[in-house]
Amino acid sequence: MSGGNSGVELIKNGKRLDGRRPDEMRNVTIQAGVLHRADGSAYLEWGGNKVLAAVYGPREAVPRHTQDPNRAVVKCRYNMAAFSVDDRKRPGPDRRSQEISKVIGEAFENVILTEEFPRASVDVNIEILEAEAGTRCAGLTAAAVALADAGIPMKGLIAACAAGKVNDTVVLDLGKAEDNFGQADLPVGYNPHTGEIVLLQMDGHLSPEQFDEAMTMAVEGCKKLYEIQKQALYGRYSDAGSRDHSGGAE
Amino acid sequence: MPQHIVLSNITREYVANLAQSEKRIDGRAFDQYRNIRLKVGHITKAEGSAEVWLGHTRVLAGIKLKPGVPYPDTPDAGTLTTSAELNPLAAPDFEAGPPQPEGIELARVVDRGVRESGLIDFKKLCVTPGEKIWTVFLDLHILDYDGNLFDACSIAALAATLSAKVPNKQYEVAEEDVPIPLTTRDPPISCTSVKIGDRILLDPGLDEDLVMDARLTVACDLEGNIRAMQKGGSGSFSVPEVKTIIRVSQSAGALIRGLIKDAVKNGEATLG
Repeated sequence: MSGGNSGVELIKNGKRLDGRRPDEMRNVTIQAGVLHRADGSAYLEWGGNKVLAAVYGPREAVPRHTQDPNRAVVKCRYNMAAFSVDDRKRPGPDRRSQEISKVIGEAFENVILTEEFPRASVDVNIEILEAEAGTRCAGLTAAAVALADAGIPMKGLIAACAAGKVNDTVVLDLGKAEDNFGQADLPVGYNPHTGEIVLLQMDGHLSPEQFDEAMTMAVEGCKKLYEIQKQALYGRYSDAGSRDHSGGAE
Repeated sequence: MPQHIVLSNITREYVANLAQSEKRIDGRAFDQYRNIRLKVGHITKAEGSAEVWLGHTRVLAGIKLKPGVPYPDTPDAGTLTTSAELNPLAAPDFEAGPPQPEGIELARVVDRGVRESGLIDFKKLCVTPGEKIWTVFLDLHILDYDGNLFDACSIAALAATLSAKVPNKQYEVAEEDVPIPLTTRDPPISCTSVKIGDRILLDPGLDEDLVMDARLTVACDLEGNIRAMQKGGSGSFSVPEVKTIIRVSQSAGALIRGLIKDAVKNGEATLG
């Protein structure tokens, strides 16, 4: 994100490289309850992103020195598969994924009723199986569904979506080239029940007016995601005939 | 992995007693696999990928190739690096962090299955002898652990390998991407059995994996020859028991070989 106009043409006749309008999100599909062992899980596809989230807990926090006598701790782990990107990523946590784990975990600490579960931990695992710009938003959105699937009490079902600026135009949900050659990136995590912002990062260059526009757009995107998240949960729990959607071969 | 899980005595006795009366916890025959579903190639950023569901066990294998420098003792051959991650997604007691012995054994057994079978023609993965070769990275992601990771990982690894491409264009080695050079399309197939009491059970489910006294993985090729073995667990086998497991692996392996072929050709296949 250079902040300046990189000279790469990312918008032509009002359409973006992949044919989207500036305020259009990529296709998002979410499925809840896809894993057998996890207490809650979700699979999300968002454009070229493929994300799996699994939640364990609330359970006793180990090692014990991580316990908080007054509330549950939220342990979030964002991890990219080695084969999820063009150049193989070395397995294991790097500085980027540790930072993302931290900001997503803190977003969930805001909504999970942690005081209900002293000394417990809620473990949120986010696995990026395939990455194509916007994985932190995709990861948070998937993990929220997994938390709801696990029956973790929350103040709201949160979602995250980025807005940004490319060729001096404010756009929703940056694609790969827009992420690489765009002028600004503004990922926003949002609680549609309370209107609170629970995750916020930004890099690049935005005027105050452009920021307002981008923020409005990102919040609208989160509201759309919220509807998709709800449908995923309805799909999981209204289908009374089969309780197990884990996709197992049995 | 199994060793870390505290298993209730009642489950332990139940599984063991069932086996004594020729039964299994999920109603299968002793020489029967759970249903298998295999999906090939849906991770488009990977040079090859395959996802396998073995019952509820779920594994995703991905292959990436990168130009590298050859080892001094094999200046004209490509290399293979296999890693397995027992992802904390997959079970309540899997932890993030450096690979545990269980994960390392798993990765090494799968690695041998691909390497020693001669499946990949490593000589053809040489670009400039002594200088530039292709390094093949095989990464196994355990997503859901419900027993028998060895077979799930082997199936995923083989299917991902058979469908992999050499990314010539990305690294400007040649004009066109080509399929990874193979010596055969009929690799040896690994089948795992466990011993519970004096019974031999193919494809252990989670509880059987936890209860088992000993485990034996046998890889057989198209002709029924034995190509690899790995024993695990603190129990023991008699020679006749080993021969029984070999026979079971030969016939079950043939079915799985067909499944892998189908999935590589059609993108998806199921068995059972």
